[in-house]
Amino acid sequence: MKIRVLLVDDEKDFVDALAERLSMRNYDVTVALRGEEALDKLRQYNFDVVILDVRMPGIDGNEVLSEIKRIKPLTEVIMLTGHATVESAIEGMKQGAYDYLIKPCETEDLVTKINRAYEKKAEHEERIREARVKEIISSPRAALKDA
Amino acid sequence: MWFREKIRRSFQENREAPRRGSTYQFNYRRIWKLAVLLTGGVSLIPLIFITAVNYEAMRHAIESEMIFRTTRVVSNTCLSISFFVNERKSALNFIVHENTFESLNSRERLSRILGDLKRSFGGGFVDLGVVDAAGRQRNYVGPYNLGGKDYSGQKWFRQVLDSGMYISDVFLGYRKVPHLVIAVKGMSRSGAPYVLRAALSTTPFETLLSQLEVAGMGDVFMINHEGILQTPSRYHGGVFENIYLPVPKKRPNTEVLEGKGPLDEDLIIGYRYIDDTPFILMVVKKKKECMKPWSCTGLKLIVFLLVSVSVILTVILGTSTYLVKKIKIADEKRSASLHQVEYANKMASIGRLAASVAHEINNPLAIINEKAGLIKDFFTFGGKYAEDPKLMGLVDGILTSVKRAGTITRRLLNFSRNLQASVEPIHLREAILEVLGFMGKEAELREIKIHVDVAQDIPVLETDRGKLQQILLNIINNAFAAVSDGGHIDIRSRLEKKDHVAIIIADDGCGISKEDLIRIYEPFFSTKSGQGGTGLGLSITYSLVQEIGGSIHAESELGKGTRFTITIPIKSEKTKT
Repeated sequence: MKIRVLLVDDEKDFVDALAERLSMRNYDVTVALRGEEALDKLRQYNFDVVILDVRMPGIDGNEVLSEIKRIKPLTEVIMLTGHATVESAIEGMKQGAYDYLIKPCETEDLVTKINRAYEKKAEHEERIREARVKEIISSPRAALKDA
Repeated sequence: MWFREKIRRSFQENREAPRRGSTYQFNYRRIWKLAVLLTGGVSLIPLIFITAVNYEAMRHAIESEMIFRTTRVVSNTCLSISFFVNERKSALNFIVHENTFESLNSRERLSRILGDLKRSFGGGFVDLGVVDAAGRQRNYVGPYNLGGKDYSGQKWFRQVLDSGMYISDVFLGYRKVPHLVIAVKGMSRSGAPYVLRAALSTTPFETLLSQLEVAGMGDVFMINHEGILQTPSRYHGGVFENIYLPVPKKRPNTEVLEGKGPLDEDLIIGYRYIDDTPFILMVVKKKKECMKPWSCTGLKLIVFLLVSVSVILTVILGTSTYLVKKIKIADEKRSASLHQVEYANKMASIGRLAASVAHEINNPLAIINEKAGLIKDFFTFGGKYAEDPKLMGLVDGILTSVKRAGTITRRLLNFSRNLQASVEPIHLREAILEVLGFMGKEAELREIKIHVDVAQDIPVLETDRGKLQQILLNIINNAFAAVSDGGHIDIRSRLEKKDHVAIIIADDGCGISKEDLIRIYEPFFSTKSGQGGTGLGLSITYSLVQEIGGSIHAESELGKGTRFTITIPIKSEKTKT
């Protein structure tokens, strides 16, 4: 299964080019140009990794991040920063973002980070699944809860 | 004059290099001159004036005193002499009235009278003679044989008959001894006039005059109206010599005037015509001698003046120099701090500018990066142009350039970043060694000798570790770039002003020229442009040093090396936010 990536940035040219490049590298890429749009898409679909620009018109990166962590806590976020906002990227990491990258970034770096983030998420989900399995084994009725 | 030189030197630097753009530009030499001239003028002019007035007043007083004393001597002496002459004249008059012509013709009578005169009047009378109206000496008593001498043709004889009395000049006459003659007219019973004539020796005059002690190498003597000395003088010639001084004009009273001596020395001359005699009494003094007490006092005054003037001048020069120097130092301090503030402001605005430029450029740069990357991806994944090295090379060129631009923007961001300072205790020596750890390999390779000497008394610093390391790294990195293989780098540190630590990093590399030295902290100022230098290293270092509340100072000489001194507070309180 392809890794599902949501790319959030207000620069359309940048987003389109990067999306296409990631698609070529076998990622399932969805694009959002604004924070609100990104959150809408997050509510509708599940993503593995969100690549989030820190500074955007409307809701800015850090707010989007806390919203993501609220509605989809398992989704990993990589902060992307284009200017003197390394601090806000660090701030974002304190709020649970996986890592940050400074624009312009090496595609290979980005790919590596996406993969790692995905691995982390996958591992996390795996553990949740294991826990659920244990729960179901110990109390089969629990399986009905989700259904 | 060493003093002048010293003063000039203390203001010189300022004249050579006026601070550019400073509104507090003074000409310190002018201020100094003005201060010295004003205070000097105000204090010295009255002093000199008062002293001059005093000097003149004293001279005048002493001169008057001298003239007064001379007058007194002349008057007193004149009185004595006139009394002496009058006494003798009266005595002769008395004799003429008391005796008849006939009795005076008696030799015994006349010699008795002479004896009586000598006895009662003391010295003076030498002889007596009686001359009849025809001018024949009828009777004579005295040591010389002058009986029967005929005086009828002589001027004095006529004068006695006309005016009844005659006093002669001093003369030698037949006797070859200086003497003077007093003659009085008498009347015989028959009504014929006769003359009683007495010769007086000048010895009593001479005794009288020589006994007078006159100050100032003074000389008292008499002359007649023709200027011939009647008594011997001490300094102005003997009897009957012509005095070189002009005969003073006749005045009824004692007069004092000034004249010139034979050696052109100044003389004070007091004189008086003695009434009814052909004599003029003269007192001649040497002015120089008389003014001796004065010249002593005058000298004291002048010495006093000179000493005061030199003391005042020294004090004025000293204080003026001190004060102007203080003003200059204060101005320089103010100007330096202004300059520093200006510089800090400049750096701050450059920082903001750099940040916004970096920000604005970074986004398009990211787009270029991705587009170029996309093209490369097409080539790689599509396989169509993968074998075309030229196209691939072009794309790679774009990507490399973007990377390079990215490095620059990232550094620009570093330059203006304002991270929260995290203050922690740091051992300076450890921090330096840690930084050197990064460079160890290069130092080994290039055989650069690094000497680290951290003074023992350096306390533990409380400052931002990251910033301090970045500062040290940048400076040491520069030193590495400056030295040639086998060069030396010397890192020392010492305590400064109790609460600061100075870190001195000196190298013996290529050095920085004077013109460049003032620009090294400006962003993008690089002498290595085109060789990978961005010109941001020292700008970042400068702002980092500012952020931890320190200061940085560079000295350099082309070809000899560079020396950076970084002074940072031991406890970093001032942090830029």
